[in-house]
Amino acid sequence: MNRPAARRTVDAIWRIEAPKLIAALTRMVRDVGLAEDLAQDAMVVALERWPETGIPDNPGAWLMTVAKRRAIDWIRRNRQRDDKYAELARVSELISEDDMDKALDGEVGDDLLRLVFMTCHPALSREARVALTLRLLCGLTTEEIARSFLTSEPTVAQRIVRAKKTLNAERSSFEMPSGEELAERLSAVLEVVYLMFNEGYAATSGEHWVRPLLCQEALRLGRILAELAPREPEVHGLVALMEIQASRLRTRVGDQGEPVLLLDQDRAQWDRLLIRRGLAALERCRKLGRPLGPYALQAAIAACHAEAPTSEETNWIRIAALYEALSRQAPSPIVELNRAVAVAMAFGPAYGLQIVDEIAGLSALENYHLLPSVRGELLRKLGRYGEARLEFERAAAMTRNVREQELLCARAAECDARSSD
Amino acid sequence: MRFMMIVKGTTDSEAGTPPSPELLEAMQKYNEELVKAGVLLAADGLQPTSAGIRISYPEPGGKPKVVDGPFAEAKEIIAGYTLIEVKSREEAIEWALRMPDPHGFGQGEIELRQVFEPHDLTSEPEALAGQAALRKQLDERRRP
Repeated sequence: MNRPAARRTVDAIWRIEAPKLIAALTRMVRDVGLAEDLAQDAMVVALERWPETGIPDNPGAWLMTVAKRRAIDWIRRNRQRDDKYAELARVSELISEDDMDKALDGEVGDDLLRLVFMTCHPALSREARVALTLRLLCGLTTEEIARSFLTSEPTVAQRIVRAKKTLNAERSSFEMPSGEELAERLSAVLEVVYLMFNEGYAATSGEHWVRPLLCQEALRLGRILAELAPREPEVHGLVALMEIQASRLRTRVGDQGEPVLLLDQDRAQWDRLLIRRGLAALERCRKLGRPLGPYALQAAIAACHAEAPTSEETNWIRIAALYEALSRQAPSPIVELNRAVAVAMAFGPAYGLQIVDEIAGLSALENYHLLPSVRGELLRKLGRYGEARLEFERAAAMTRNVREQELLCARAAECDARSSD
Repeated sequence: MRFMMIVKGTTDSEAGTPPSPELLEAMQKYNEELVKAGVLLAADGLQPTSAGIRISYPEPGGKPKVVDGPFAEAKEIIAGYTLIEVKSREEAIEWALRMPDPHGFGQGEIELRQVFEPHDLTSEPEALAGQAALRKQLDERRRP
C-alpha cells in the first residue's frame, strides 16, 4: 500500500475508531485533550507502520493497544509531577490489563456516553460544545468544522483549545451523571445535536440553505446516542425529528438554489427510507410509555407532514393539537408562531392571525424574520394585500439568508401587484 | 454518501441452507457495530432465487418475458444487502472489510456500490446549475 492510499485508509479508520479511543483514554488519563493527543499519536504510529505491514485485522484494537501503552507510559513519567497523576499511576497499574481487554472487546459504550456529556458540558459555550463534539465524537478535522460553520480554521482551533482548557480547569469529572442531573445533562447533549442539525439544515447566513455535512453528523450522533441511552424517550424523539426532517433535504432547494417551502415540496422526492426510520424511532419513543417530550412532539408534527400523501391532505387539526401540547411543555413565542400557522390551516387565517397578533409585540421576536413573514402570509390569505406587502418587506430586510430574501421580495411584489389591481 | 454492501449468492444461500450459528452470531455482532456507529440505514437478507421471478425485455418495445427462479450463476445473484451512510469511499471499504466472510468455503463475495446522491446534497453551485440545465434539456425533449 502506498502512502497516500494509507493516509486515506487511516483517515477512514480514525473516523470509525477515534471516539472509542478518545473515550477510553479519557477514562484512563482524565484529560480529554491529552486523550486526543495520545489517540493521534497512535494514528501517527499506524501511518508509519501500516504501509509496510499492511492494515491489521482489527485496526481498532491495534490502535487501542498502542495508545494505552503510551497513556500508561505518560502517567508513569508524570507521577512525580502532580498528585493527580500519582493517583492515576496507582490506578493505572490496577486497571491497565483488564482495561485493555475490555477495550479490545469494544465495550466502550459507557465511556462514549461520558465523553458526550463532557463535550457538551455546561461550563462550555454552545459554540465550544458543538465544535468539541464534532471534533472528538464525529472525528471531523478542524478544517471541516470551520467550513461547516463558515468560519476560519484558527477560530475553530482556538475554540477547541479553550474548551479543553476549561474542562481541565473545571476538573470536570468523567463520571456518569445520575438522577436529576442526568436528565439535565442529557437535554444539554440533545440540544447540541439539534443545534448542529439545524445549523446544517437552515444555514443562518450565506447563499446556501443546506450544509449537508452537519446534518449528517448530527444524525449519526443522534443514532449513536439512541444506542447509548435507549431508555431515554427524548433521544428517540430527537432522532425521529432529524430523520424526518432530513428526508426532505433534497426537496428544500429548487434548481436555482432557491428555498422551497414544505407545502410546495415535491413529496415524491422525499426520502422514504429516512421517513420510515423516523417513524420507527418515534414508535420506539412511544413504546417507552412516557408522555411525549418536546422533541418527540416536534417529531410527531413532522410525521404528520411525512404521512400526508399531498399537502392538501395534511391533518392540520392534529398538528394544531400537537403544537398546543408543545406550547404547554416548552412554551416559546416561536412555538406559538408555528401553532398560529397550524391553526390558520385548520380553522382559517383569521384564527391564526389572532394568535400572531398576541405575540407580535414580544421583544423575543423583535428580530425574528418569520414573524412578519407569517403575518404577511396570513394577511395575504385574508386579501389584505397592502398590509401583507409591508410585512413581507419587513421580513426581507430582517433575514440574513440571501435566497430567502429573494423569496420574500417576490412575495412582496406579488402583493403589491394585487393591491393595485 | 451512501453505499450499498451487496452480499453475493453462493451454493449454500441458493440451496436455502441456513448459515452456521457462528456466522449468524458474527453477522449479528457486525450489524450491532454498524448501528452503534450510527452508520446503518437498512439491511435485509433475500430468499433464494428459487422463490424469485425475473422479468426481462428481450425484444425492444416488445412484451416482457416472465421467468420463475431458480437462476443459475450464483455470483450474479444477490443474497442480501446492507445500506450504510458514510463520509468517504475509504470509510465504506473499511466497514465492508469488517463484515464477516458472508459464506465461507471460498465463495463469499461482497460488492460495494455507491448510491446516486440527489443534487441537493451537493453544495457546489456549478453542479446545481448543471443539474438544472440537464433537467431543462430533458423537459424540452419530452415536449412534442
